[in-house]
Amino acid sequence: MSDLRFTPGQVVDVAKAVRGGSWRVAEYRMRNMLHWWAAIISFGLGNPVLYLVSVGIGIGGLVNKASGGHLLGGVPYLEFVAPALLASAAIQGVMDEVTFPVMEGFTWEKYFFAINATSVSAKQIANGVMLAAIIRGVWTVIMYGGILLAFGAIPFTSLLPLMFSSLIAGVAWSAVIMAVSANLKNDDGVFAIIGRFVIAPMFLFSGTFYPLDLMPLYVRWIGWISPLWHSTQLGRDYTIGLAEPMWLQAVHYVYFALMGVIGMLIVYRAFVRRLGE
Amino acid sequence: MSETAKEIVLSAKGLTKIYGDFTAVAGIDFEVRRGESFGILGPNGAGKSTTMKMISAVSKRTGGELNILGKDPNQKGPEIRAHLGVVPQKDLLDRELKTWENLFVYGRYFGLPRKWLHKKVDELLAFAQLEDKRNSKVDEMSGGMQRRLAIARGLVNEPEILLLDEPTTGLDPQARHVLWDRLFRLRENGVTIILTTHYMDEAEQLCDRLVVMDAGKIMAEGSPADLIKTYASKEVLELRFGTDRNEETAPQVAKFGDRVEVLPDRVLLYTENGEAALESVMDAGLKPVTSLVRRASLEDVFLRLTGRSLVD
Repeated sequence: MSDLRFTPGQVVDVAKAVRGGSWRVAEYRMRNMLHWWAAIISFGLGNPVLYLVSVGIGIGGLVNKASGGHLLGGVPYLEFVAPALLASAAIQGVMDEVTFPVMEGFTWEKYFFAINATSVSAKQIANGVMLAAIIRGVWTVIMYGGILLAFGAIPFTSLLPLMFSSLIAGVAWSAVIMAVSANLKNDDGVFAIIGRFVIAPMFLFSGTFYPLDLMPLYVRWIGWISPLWHSTQLGRDYTIGLAEPMWLQAVHYVYFALMGVIGMLIVYRAFVRRLGE
Repeated sequence: MSETAKEIVLSAKGLTKIYGDFTAVAGIDFEVRRGESFGILGPNGAGKSTTMKMISAVSKRTGGELNILGKDPNQKGPEIRAHLGVVPQKDLLDRELKTWENLFVYGRYFGLPRKWLHKKVDELLAFAQLEDKRNSKVDEMSGGMQRRLAIARGLVNEPEILLLDEPTTGLDPQARHVLWDRLFRLRENGVTIILTTHYMDEAEQLCDRLVVMDAGKIMAEGSPADLIKTYASKEVLELRFGTDRNEETAPQVAKFGDRVEVLPDRVLLYTENGEAALESVMDAGLKPVTSLVRRASLEDVFLRLTGRSLVD
């Protein structure tokens, strides 16, 4: 039994409290993620190793033998798929942190309402969730990038720009996904549908495993609208000298910027509306 | 009471909240002074929780004026919330985190330094009598413990106003009394408390002053004793004649008291002297199945004001 020492209204530095809300939410999200550190690390390391061995070396051996190395302009298959694998890992990693955590925050456990009762604003909660997702993405591309280097799948000098183009794709795509999850009243299998009918075709038809040009024109559009394709193209510019013109490289980044900005505007609106009801 | 103790920390004028075509709060006026323990009493659906959300500087009002700690919550929500402690009806504790982490993380939202918080967390755990649950997960604790943790969490920023939405709903009687004791201590320490409740005994125990709400409106305002004095009598004689006879016997009982209310299961006779009234009833040969004399409560006030009982 004890009494509280209490000086009402004295301990909080209001300016500081109001300013740093996004970071504090990110701090909370990371503390939460730490509960799953073993899964995050083993998935982060295991996933690339499995893909590189099975697709890069296994299928790659077949492709290289069958084409005599000419099909991809003399580029070994492992090097061809490497940027695509990194981009898809980044997209998946960042996205994981804006789907179920947002459902949990609004619907399942309603944590966001508790956070919003403090000096943290609705927008800051959204930013904090995204910030933590980006940090998870950085972690993912560092691990994956390191393994690609170890496998000799990418040149060392391309590592930083490649990590950047992959991460940016993950963030842009996740802003759009977060716009969806922020507006969901309940899951109802929406994420399963997105996984099967959006993510899976995106993974298969974005020039991930073969150049998009090999596809008939009527399915190529899937690649053109897919952030994975844009990111893979940029990655191949950096690693295997795909050498797209500058304007086309700029288009990729503009596309990401649009996705990110439009996504987050919808996210902010949903957060402000739902928390202020 | 000193001059500072009388300072108004919250004032609402014509406060209104409309969702679509439903008016949840229909223009209410009230003021809360520093150090006061203020209650909002009413049945489910009266607009208490909506009022609470507005004075928590979270939900934006659709009409009227609201001033909290000298600021307008529609403009300065985060600044105001920096000095509020909110204990929501459903606790909203983090199930992934340990007890101490729930307090620590919450303190971080206010930008409080880690070192300071580690000390504060110990102090709060002691206050909430949860020291031995320090490393437990939320799910491992009873409902009463979870509620105490939620209250401790609401105190982490040493708020100027502590807001509690239905603090003891769903708790067993023993847990309620432990909680009341904790709240009583806060009140003694001069913490300004605003709480909603649909329990009359809770309002009587914890509130210096309260408003009675029904259908989005304030029906009456005052201290519990004043309200009882104004809207009820000193004592109440409860008589049960059996379901069929309550209605028909009521007019004959009425002349022995100031006023009579007929409920489905009993007849309430408001009087200054319950025992004397009971004697008169017996003398008149009315033979109730059971009878009870009790002190009038806020339940009676509510019944008088709305014609309905608080808890259906």
